[in-house]
Amino acid sequence: MPRAFTVNDSFLYIIVGIILLLVLSQSVFFLVRSWKRALSLGIEKGTLHKVVKTSATFTIVPAISVLIGVIALSRKLGLPLPWLRLSVIGAITYETPAAEAAARAVGTTLGDSATLLTAPQYSVIAWVMTLGILAGVIFTPILCKRLLSGVDRLEKRDRKWSDIFMSALFMGMISAFLGMIFGHVTEGLAGWIPVFVMLVSALIMLLVGACIKLLHWDWLTDYALTLSMVGAMAMAIPITNWVMGVVA
Amino acid sequence: MTNTTVRSYDDSTHLLGKIWVWGMGVMMILFPVAVSVYYDAWPDATALFKGLLSIAPMYWVVGMIEVITYVPMLGASGSYLAFVTGNLTMLKVPCTMAALDRAKVKSGTPEGEAVGTVAVAVSSIVALLILSLGVLLIVPLTPILENPKLAPAFNQLLPALFGGLGVALIGKNLKVAAVPVIVMITLFVLVPSLANSAAIFVPIAALIAILAARIMYKKGWL
Repeated sequence: MPRAFTVNDSFLYIIVGIILLLVLSQSVFFLVRSWKRALSLGIEKGTLHKVVKTSATFTIVPAISVLIGVIALSRKLGLPLPWLRLSVIGAITYETPAAEAAARAVGTTLGDSATLLTAPQYSVIAWVMTLGILAGVIFTPILCKRLLSGVDRLEKRDRKWSDIFMSALFMGMISAFLGMIFGHVTEGLAGWIPVFVMLVSALIMLLVGACIKLLHWDWLTDYALTLSMVGAMAMAIPITNWVMGVVA
Repeated sequence: MTNTTVRSYDDSTHLLGKIWVWGMGVMMILFPVAVSVYYDAWPDATALFKGLLSIAPMYWVVGMIEVITYVPMLGASGSYLAFVTGNLTMLKVPCTMAALDRAKVKSGTPEGEAVGTVAVAVSSIVALLILSLGVLLIVPLTPILENPKLAPAFNQLLPALFGGLGVALIGKNLKVAAVPVIVMITLFVLVPSLANSAAIFVPIAALIAILAARIMYKKGWL
């Protein structure tokens, strides 16, 4: 006879806990290895400490936003599955549509919190969400060495162009997302909210930069990106309220 | 450091990376397998196929594109870790960019790879801890995080992130950034529906940036 199932069963928490502990070990393993490597390459400990500070503070707010995604998905799927999917490989932009598609395939929706998932329905959703997102895990080990050999060859052939090439890759990524921010401006003033927020973020970054340069507040450098992001997000609230007031 | 040492370090990175990434892939599959076995609830083939058909073709193509685009940015170790811990666009790649900028090292160099991996690892650990703490404290946290007054702030995470990041990085690469920024803004303004799948346009924007930079480089403008 099959065991009783709930989406928050302790068995699911145990499995997720084990997997997340392994992911944590992988992160610690690569942290220690790259730390030693950085020191052996002559990078100072102080510089690495700054990188740790910048990375840790920067991560907090986006991680809270991911947590909101976990909460949203947990209404239908319980906590263990969204906790796992958004901690490993996944991203909120992928997991919500994947969960919705899988839920529809078993005759329900994420919004339908009136009916509880059965074990077979949950099983389909877990399989779809897992298999759907595995491309990066499969292709990274296959392609990584080849792609980086290409970068290496480029570096050996023409170092200056190789530097420009890498900058262009980063600028391409930033420009795609900057462009996306303008994607709703034709919808009226409300569509400009993301642009206003982006401009506030840019302005805060310029102000922080000015403080660092003019007042010599070098300690601010570690928090510049976090400050511009959190400041702009805080300002998004009055900006949205103001725009909605004008539109209404 | 000799070339042999560099080579052996890189080789061991790829070997260890493969073991970790594929090992974690197997661990990921363990979850649905455990659910199916423990509750005797193997998935219905038709429902599974239907669910996968609606997301897998696009996700796998995007996944492949992400690998091609982000691996050169993150380096070997950073990629082997970031593609397991996920959240690349919102967390790992910006975090790497900020770290390289902070340590004043370049991507594509051994120093850049070491610093970038430290950043990805720290970001992964912090994110994992926050999510785990959040799950533990879910009951008191839910009403706070789901407060409608806070919703506009979290809805604008990406503009708030890329505004500051843009100033920090575009300022240093103004000529390289000009063409892709103008083209992407024009594209998304003219075809707003594309904005919902911006991630797919990252490699296209990168290609435009590389082509424009190549022309400028050949003309001696860079």
